[in-house]
Amino acid sequence: MLEFIKQPWHWSIAGIFIGLTVPVLLIIGNKNFGISSSLRHICAACVPANIPLFKYNWKKEIWNLFFVVGVLFGGFIGTYFLGNPSDIQIASSTMQDLKALGVSDFSSLMPSDIFNFENLFTLKGLFFFVIGGFLVGFGTRYAGGCTSGHAIMGIASLQWPSLVATGFFMLGGFVMTHFGLPIIFNLINK
Amino acid sequence: MLVDTHPVCDAPNELKQKESYFSDIKYLIVGALFGIVFVKAEIISWFRIQEMFRLQSFHMYGVIGTAIVVGMISIFLIKKFNIKTLNGEEIIIGKKSFSKGNIYGGFIFGLGWALTGACPGPLFAQIGSGFMVVIVTFLSAIVGTWTYGLLQKKLPH
Repeated sequence: MLEFIKQPWHWSIAGIFIGLTVPVLLIIGNKNFGISSSLRHICAACVPANIPLFKYNWKKEIWNLFFVVGVLFGGFIGTYFLGNPSDIQIASSTMQDLKALGVSDFSSLMPSDIFNFENLFTLKGLFFFVIGGFLVGFGTRYAGGCTSGHAIMGIASLQWPSLVATGFFMLGGFVMTHFGLPIIFNLINK
Repeated sequence: MLVDTHPVCDAPNELKQKESYFSDIKYLIVGALFGIVFVKAEIISWFRIQEMFRLQSFHMYGVIGTAIVVGMISIFLIKKFNIKTLNGEEIIIGKKSFSKGNIYGGFIFGLGWALTGACPGPLFAQIGSGFMVVIVTFLSAIVGTWTYGLLQKKLPH
């Protein structure tokens, strides 16, 4: 059984579990599924600075912080107790494209040639952690949600603004992948 | 201009009854199961996000597409059979109002998604998986959210 769980899971299994999070949260506590709101609650709790966006009763939304702490624990359990012992298998075309850009480690879920503390104060760190993280935090709040709140919860409840937002999530990703990354890797590899 | 009047726009707590911190542990458990799925289906992988944006694998499209369909059917059934919460309250689904932020903000998030290989959920799971440097990405995301709050009134909506 454990061996069975340890294999990478099929997309349909993951999709079913993630989709079921929507009714589970609604039924156990009338909670709308969404994750980027946790970043807002953290701002409201720690540095509200009299900014209107952060002046609300964040304690009423504390379930969201319990949820994301759970996701963190889940990441730990999934990796250290149920982890897949073999290397990740990605599409060979993706591997070739990334090798051409200068990525060389394909053994775990993240390339260690980028996601490494040694890169923190280099151009790699600046682009992939600092700027990347900033764009995620700024963009999701500006868009009013992320993949969970818009793409899953919003589209599943048939709300067209969420469909628009999801379309632009994808567009941003395509633009960064095909136009931004070649420039960034070119700078980094110099 | 649309100003965010709802206290929380994308994941509101609509439960009328107050919950204790002990009762909130159930969300931690759901979150943990969710995080395990993230790791096991490799959704937290930067490589899987690259495959998606290079249209070289169906994996992520399959995950997100299935999740949407399952969510849609669930909400349909909740409405159809007027299913209540466990404590008997009516289920409320937050309205997503359109603003130009869906466009500009969505595009900006997309740029960051391709760089970090993570939307906000996977950020937490990546840290849990031992990629400790992602803590920096996470802190930067908080700064990003805060900066949006600071500039909100000056940005087109």
